[in-house]
Amino acid sequence: MTDNPMEKMSVVEGSYATAHAVKVCRPNVISAYPITPQTHIVEDLSQFIADGEIDNCEFITIESEFSALSALVGASAAGARTYSSTSSQGLELMHEVVFNVSGMRLPTVMTVVNRAVSAPISIWNDHQDSISERDTGWIQLYAENSQEISDLTPLAYKVAEDKDVMLPAMVCMDGFILSHVFEPVVLLEQDLTDEYLPPYRPEHILDTKNPKTFGSFADPSVYTEFRYMQQKGMDIALKKIEKAVDEFTRIFGRDHGGLIDTYRADDAEILLMAMGSVVGTIKDVIDEARIDGIKVGLLKIRSFRPFPVEAVRKTLADAAVIVVLDKNISLGLNEGSLCTEVKSCLYNTDINTPVMGFMLGHGGRDISKGTIHMIIDKSQKVARSGIKVENEFVDVRGDLI
Amino acid sequence: MKIAIGGMVEPGSTRVNKTGGWRIYRPLYHKDMCIKCGICSLLCPDSSVKAQEDGYVIFDYDYCKGCGICAYECPKDAIEMVLEEK
Repeated sequence: MTDNPMEKMSVVEGSYATAHAVKVCRPNVISAYPITPQTHIVEDLSQFIADGEIDNCEFITIESEFSALSALVGASAAGARTYSSTSSQGLELMHEVVFNVSGMRLPTVMTVVNRAVSAPISIWNDHQDSISERDTGWIQLYAENSQEISDLTPLAYKVAEDKDVMLPAMVCMDGFILSHVFEPVVLLEQDLTDEYLPPYRPEHILDTKNPKTFGSFADPSVYTEFRYMQQKGMDIALKKIEKAVDEFTRIFGRDHGGLIDTYRADDAEILLMAMGSVVGTIKDVIDEARIDGIKVGLLKIRSFRPFPVEAVRKTLADAAVIVVLDKNISLGLNEGSLCTEVKSCLYNTDINTPVMGFMLGHGGRDISKGTIHMIIDKSQKVARSGIKVENEFVDVRGDLI
Repeated sequence: MKIAIGGMVEPGSTRVNKTGGWRIYRPLYHKDMCIKCGICSLLCPDSSVKAQEDGYVIFDYDYCKGCGICAYECPKDAIEMVLEEK
């Protein structure tokens, strides 16, 4: 820890901060397939490899995202610390293997640079890609800024590789908004990262000298228990994430919150909820609204899987209205995924607070401060006179439809 | 049995799964026609045709699934597939 963290900061692209964080985690196998807006991360890693800055690491340029993740299944089973990153269609192409990695309990870490999915084709940001992998048994962490994506990377390895967890982790960052923006960041120090993240030492490895079977067949008499054990791993991950955050703060001196983070939430009547970079905009709007005497605060979700039900309930207990902002939609339900989760953890409790869902920022549509102010105005009316519209799209252009 | 994390299994664990019950046709061995070439034993996908020291073979009906490869490949038709009946 230094007296003045400003002295340790460098101005780098979000993708570079991520690649640098991966480098100091000492990965053994990296598989790379280019896709916008993720490509800069693996380009930077490729440069580190070319410059001899990552020891004992194989960098595989591979023919598709399906193969990128498949290669890591074998590498991780053989005991390697593994990494890849992808976006949008790339993640969707991996889908089958995404389930395999978690079912085989392989602690791969992957950065998902969030991008909208086709059709229509869009390279810009929303959360539909990673949200669509919600039920695959991966830990999902969402970062607000470049420092947080950097700091979440070793944390993801630490939790994923914990012998009681052994689940893969996606660290999610907003495409372009974080990946291509230059921000001041404290790049992770190698010595501190080594202190924080021990080498990966799995209990069982794929080894020709001591053969074992991985990814075997399960008939109906044993399949249920696999899913049950994955869920147990997720339950344990809740506690391990909090523990890993405490240890991170002790070693690196930075704190972004645990499973959740809050901003001016203590006396808030209106509680906004969101994930990712939009949180920064929301914080600014909260400061402005507070000047006008509006009691508004924020609950930021850092861990979407495992979902921090208890922490969310506790934070929301005293709010008059809960407002959830989602950069995704479950088509057919007309609701964003975070909104669904929040509602599900309030049912069967004494909390009977209205929950409003807003779907916004699809395909990179800018979320302005004005939009957030408008949402706060609407929520004030709901706080006074009750909820009429549960979910709505924001900023829909009537002139186009 | 306990499920190890991720379903990792040690070698030889399928010995407990006796797959002979899958069989519809059973290989019947005509030892008098056998020339001890060993092809049946080499080609059995379940290692259920076991060569003996004297060159003849015995069938392990606990694991033989009745695929019939041994009978098909036998150059002397010394193995006959017969319907399993109770």
